[in-house]
Amino acid sequence: MSKTIKLRKGFDIKMQGVAEHIFFQNPMPETVALKPTDFVGLTAKMVVKEGDKVLAGDPLFIDKFHPEVQFTSPVSGVVAAVNRGERRALLNVVVKPDQEIEYKKFENGSLDSMSREQVVSAMLNAGVWPFVKQRPFDVIANPNDKPKAIHISAFDTAPLAPDYTFSLEESAADFQAGINALKKLTDGAVNLNIFKENRAKTTFTQIEGVEQNFFQGPHPAGNVGVQIHHIDPINKGDIVWVVNPQDVVIIGRLFSKGIYDARVIVALTGQVKNPRYYKTILGASIKSFLASEDINDDMRVISGNVLTGTKLGKEDYIGYYDSQVTVIEEGNKPTFMGWLAPGFAKHSFSRAFFSWMQPNKKFTLNTNMNGGLRAFVFTGVYEQVLPMDVYPMQLLKAIITEDFDKMEQLGIYEVVPEDFALCEYVCPSKIEIQTILRQGLDLVRKELN
Amino acid sequence: MKAIENFIQKTKPNFEKGGKYEKWLPIYESFETFLHVPGTVTLKGSHVRDAIDLKRALIIVIFALLPALFFGMYNTGALFYTSVGEDYTMWEALGYGFLKVLPLIVVSYVVGLGVEFTFCYIRGHEISEGYLVSGLIIPMIVPVDIPLWELALAVAFAVIIGKEAFGGTGMNIVNPALLARAFLFFAYPGNMSGSSVWVHSVEGKATVDAFSGETILGQLNAGVTPDAIHGVANNQLSICDLLIGNYAGCVGETSVIAILIGAALLLFTGIASYRIMLSVFAGGFLMGLVMNACAPEGNMIMALPALQHLLIGGFAFGAVFMATDPVTAAQTNTGKWIYGFLVGVFAIMIRCFNPAYPEGMMLSILLMNVFAPLIDHMVVKANINRRLKRAKAAQETVTNA
Repeated sequence: MSKTIKLRKGFDIKMQGVAEHIFFQNPMPETVALKPTDFVGLTAKMVVKEGDKVLAGDPLFIDKFHPEVQFTSPVSGVVAAVNRGERRALLNVVVKPDQEIEYKKFENGSLDSMSREQVVSAMLNAGVWPFVKQRPFDVIANPNDKPKAIHISAFDTAPLAPDYTFSLEESAADFQAGINALKKLTDGAVNLNIFKENRAKTTFTQIEGVEQNFFQGPHPAGNVGVQIHHIDPINKGDIVWVVNPQDVVIIGRLFSKGIYDARVIVALTGQVKNPRYYKTILGASIKSFLASEDINDDMRVISGNVLTGTKLGKEDYIGYYDSQVTVIEEGNKPTFMGWLAPGFAKHSFSRAFFSWMQPNKKFTLNTNMNGGLRAFVFTGVYEQVLPMDVYPMQLLKAIITEDFDKMEQLGIYEVVPEDFALCEYVCPSKIEIQTILRQGLDLVRKELN
Repeated sequence: MKAIENFIQKTKPNFEKGGKYEKWLPIYESFETFLHVPGTVTLKGSHVRDAIDLKRALIIVIFALLPALFFGMYNTGALFYTSVGEDYTMWEALGYGFLKVLPLIVVSYVVGLGVEFTFCYIRGHEISEGYLVSGLIIPMIVPVDIPLWELALAVAFAVIIGKEAFGGTGMNIVNPALLARAFLFFAYPGNMSGSSVWVHSVEGKATVDAFSGETILGQLNAGVTPDAIHGVANNQLSICDLLIGNYAGCVGETSVIAILIGAALLLFTGIASYRIMLSVFAGGFLMGLVMNACAPEGNMIMALPALQHLLIGGFAFGAVFMATDPVTAAQTNTGKWIYGFLVGVFAIMIRCFNPAYPEGMMLSILLMNVFAPLIDHMVVKANINRRLKRAKAAQETVTNA
């Protein structure tokens, strides 16, 4: 039985630059890279060195504390650079790809006859395991755990987010194969959470063997954490796994074709000339997208969406879990008496600016803070954009004071930074809410280990 | 505008680390951000931020206060001219009131901001905008003839003891503006109560024979029946008069219409909590009904119809502008309903049972400010218990299975 869950709280930030429903075949990027910084709490250990030749599916680095978790190359080619930052922390491993990708063969046999252990080890060997993330804490799943359920959000409600019913339409068979593999990993249900408005599109509704749940409402209705909270909330000690829809397809290809085929579709959005869907490869160099765009120093390129994404440098690469690149203007210009102006073009959740007169206007947002850091003053704002039975301000204060009992009691296991991203957006005191929450999660995780 | 930017670019290095006036940076920045929203960009977390900040939110509260303030000025002038029996035009009254109220505002801001800037300098923080609102509210909740040195003392007490001692804006337990009023009320009761302080008077100028400077609450306490309450020229006051507010009282508290215009702005922009505002009025009204039902013979305050309770004294002003102060009110949504309701209930209760303090709103809000954290604690506790219960139920299904 599928259920429909209607969420009222939340907020859709309407921005200009949504990707048109057009595919563009991106040429093979000059370089491709994996960034250990995409994985929370990972200490990476290199297994290749500069100049080594690798196939698509050969490991580049592994998790120092769980060596069975491998991070494999999405392309075949030569390891061109191993870049390190402060205290020799690994920043990225760059591979110069061959023109034609050569795949490492994984002999898996039929999925039906495979045991849970065989599926896990096949995923670990091919390097698709890191796609499986664990809640609480939003870290790579531990292969030795048995989750109570697996959740997949088939839609993204973040600003300018890609439409998976379009981008994954042609990959439905691989998606089904991925689901079949994931089903082996849990005794509980595999939940596929679908946007109610997309009910008519068959990309996800045709998928079998899953618990289909329908969601309705503004952002963050598409956040898997919010969905879990409403379907089967996480209690202390529970472990739930989540996978992004695009990554389910890659897992599926491993079992249907026996290769690590990391081709992905990335939506280029925001202040660009051609907002559209690019067919490319995991970890592609950002330059390969922006060749025909003029991006100057007053623009910010973000891997992911504007609420939770990562700022990219000029020579940078798309994040491991991201299916979207957003370009927005830097807001580095001061505005005279900006706090007093009527503000017809200023985007706000409140009605404190005259922009409330145009509720359907699509805004161009920039990266200005729009104010200075203050103490918590206004209350009840966060609650309006968080459709969860959690007290956000009280939880944040518990984190700031490092009160572990309070954090646990107030539900820190149920939330991850992206769920609080809108709270951070609307905060009049400009508090770094996602950063505080991440610190809290890291503290609790350390305390538990 | 360009000139300001150039000036800032030229002078700022003196205030930055290593500069000549580096210790003055927080104060410099306070003025800088007042002139323009700086080009600071997001570094962590969300790349885009809502256009609203504390300055914007609080300037809206200031706008919301303006109708009541301007009416208060007009009323000050109008009541004065009436009391001495002179004719006046609207502009004369407003002008006269403006000259009388302005010194109160100036003293409040100069003393309050002076204290805030001193603490900014000591702490090295940028100034927080909180006092912009408190600084305007304080002159509106005192009688117009309050001696300026008393006002200055009260403001300094409220900002230092009520706010900065707790860590500044956002950390205080009780509403600083009300604390200033309470300070005046208990330290200088002669200037804060009675029948002669509410209408501006000039020495040597005789009042007309019919003059009565008593507030409505004062009249009721003195045994005037609710249907005989009167204005300064001994004129009978109708409900309509109570809404307009042309009677004696604190500067900004009398006009319910002006206050409600402000309330509409606060609610529309979402700056103030409708939960608190509504529930204060609901609590006050219900308590008024209860008092009506059990009013003994001759107790005029208890016999006052419940609706009129909400229109007189500082009730409406307190409900709209002071009970809703987000820092000192309850912070959870459920808590806000309870907090507001109790503010209303206690305001009327104090009014009726304690004739020594005819204005119950001040004490009621201060009392509930102190209890707000307790209300929140109970509400949050309920959330915690729900979570525990859920975990326990899940545990049981696992063990049963």
